[in-house]
Parts: sequence; C-alpha cells; structure tokens
Amino acid sequence: MSMHEPRDVALGMAAQDADRALVARLQRGDEAAFREVVARYHMALLRMARMYVATQQAAEDVVGETWLGVVQGIERFEGRSSLKTWLFRILMNRARTRAVREGRNIPFSALASNDDDDEPSVAAERFIASGPDAGHWSSLPRAWDDIPEERLLALETRARIQEALDALPVNQRSVLTLRDIEGFSSAEVCNMLDISETNQRVLLHRARARVRQALEAWLNEREDA
Amino acid sequence: MSGAELTCQELVELVTAYLEGALAPSERLRFEHHLAGCAGCTAYLAQMRQTIALLGTLSAHDIDPEAEQALLVHFRNWNRQ
Ligand SMILES: [Zn+2]
Repeated sequence: MSMHEPRDVALGMAAQDADRALVARLQRGDEAAFREVVARYHMALLRMARMYVATQQAAEDVVGETWLGVVQGIERFEGRSSLKTWLFRILMNRARTRAVREGRNIPFSALASNDDDDEPSVAAERFIASGPDAGHWSSLPRAWDDIPEERLLALETRARIQEALDALPVNQRSVLTLRDIEGFSSAEVCNMLDISETNQRVLLHRARARVRQALEAWLNEREDA
Repeated sequence: MSGAELTCQELVELVTAYLEGALAPSERLRFEHHLAGCAGCTAYLAQMRQTIALLGTLSAHDIDPEAEQALLVHFRNWNRQ
C-alpha cells in the first residue's frame, strides 16, 4: 500500500459503515457510544501510553486526556482515517507531550539504528560457518505444527511472549504492538509514529525476530523436559 | 549478486520484507526459490507466521469497572461544558 493512498482502504465496507454510525452517535454525545469505544479501546490505549511515560498513573492521565480530546474533537472528525487510527493518533500526541515534559527522549524521529541493535535475527551459531555449505542451517528450526494448540495458546506461552515484548526497546515495542497486536497496517503505523516505511520494517523485523527467539527457546525447553 | 543463491542466514533477514511484500520481484523469486528447496527456512518462515498469529492473541484485558465509571462521570461533565 502506498503512503499516498487514503488510509484504511483495507477496512471493509461493512466495518466502514459501522465506524461511521459509531462516529455519528459520538458526535451527538451518545453515552452508550462512548461506553462502547471505551470498552473497545481503553486498555489498548493504556498499554500504548505506558511505553512512553514513567508511571502507570501518568499513563492513565494520558489516556484520560485522550478521551477528553476525543469528546472535544469528534465534531471535527471527518472520517478520513478509521476511528481507531484517529484515537491512537490523539493518544500518541498526548503521550509525546507528556514524555517531553518528563524529560524523556522519544526515539522516533531518529533512525532505527539508534537503539544499537544490530544483532542478527538468528544467532550465528545456528549456521554453518565455513565450507561449501556456509550460511546454511547447522541446527534446523523445528516445525511447530506438531505442538498442540492448547500448548501454544497456554497462559505460560503467552506470558513468555509478553516478557519478550516488554524487553524490547520502546520503538520496536511500539511498532510490534501496533502492527501485530492492534492490527494496524504499515502505512497507519508510519503515520502514527512519524517514521518511514523502511524504518518501520526494520523495527518490526527486529522485534518479531526477538519474540520468535523467545518462543523457540521456551518451546524447545518444554520439549526437552 | 543478483544471480547468486541466498543462504539461509541471508534469508532469515529478508523474512519481514518478504511478508510485507517489500521485496523487488527478482529478490522475491530468489527468496521463494531458496524456500522451495530448504526445509529449515520453510520451518523458520512458518514459525514467524505462528509468532505473528500468537502476538495477535495478546489482547488487552477488560477495563476495570471503577475506571469505566470515573470516565463516564467525566464524559457527562465534558458534555455539559
Ligand atoms: Zn534455507
């Protein structure tokens, strides 16, 4: 998807209609509509805010300011992006303002390389170092297809994923959260974080590679036990 | 370098670009050509897809009822202003 296309072209017609109906109700000050968007997005906004500010309380303040911004701004919302994208953009603005006030450095306008993370996606030891087969797997990744779904979806497995996510640098964590947890498109994420497509992809690549490594370590450990 | 075969070590660094549809057509062909003959990289790509799917299950918890009530009180005040 090019950067110049209207955003959210991927959003289906039915979803667009539902979005528009919800926006119209919010514009009328409908409390049930407000409850609906709060139920749907409050915790996701809180998770996002928490990455940028020092405390849970500060994150809650930022989300509170976001909801105020929504109530005050909904009248002027024209539906050029989805409601969700608009919400997250407001949140990002409030979170950045707060982070600046806290004297925190927000790494987004800088290049991806500023987190000094040029570790490979897979450790070099996993590949043959020399000879005609150099660069090929010395220890093959195993297929996870034979792992029962209930184990893949077990709370413990998800706790490991969460741990790996929490250990990422904030710019990688933001991109991964927005893309793979919240389901935004790459164009939306570039727009929200004000980064280039390439930068976004590099951050996403590193973040996914770290999470896969953590999962592999966990699933292999279980297998060996 | 365009004609050379990819190594597995090179392929794993291209996985995101591949999944994002960001590889040039010739690079994409090289990627898929390697994949077709390599069980290790096929398993790696499948693991990456499963990782992405699992990340998608980390949805947020429900809002705490007290926090929801507090927000609704704010909402009524904001609307009155
Ligand atoms: Zn390979």
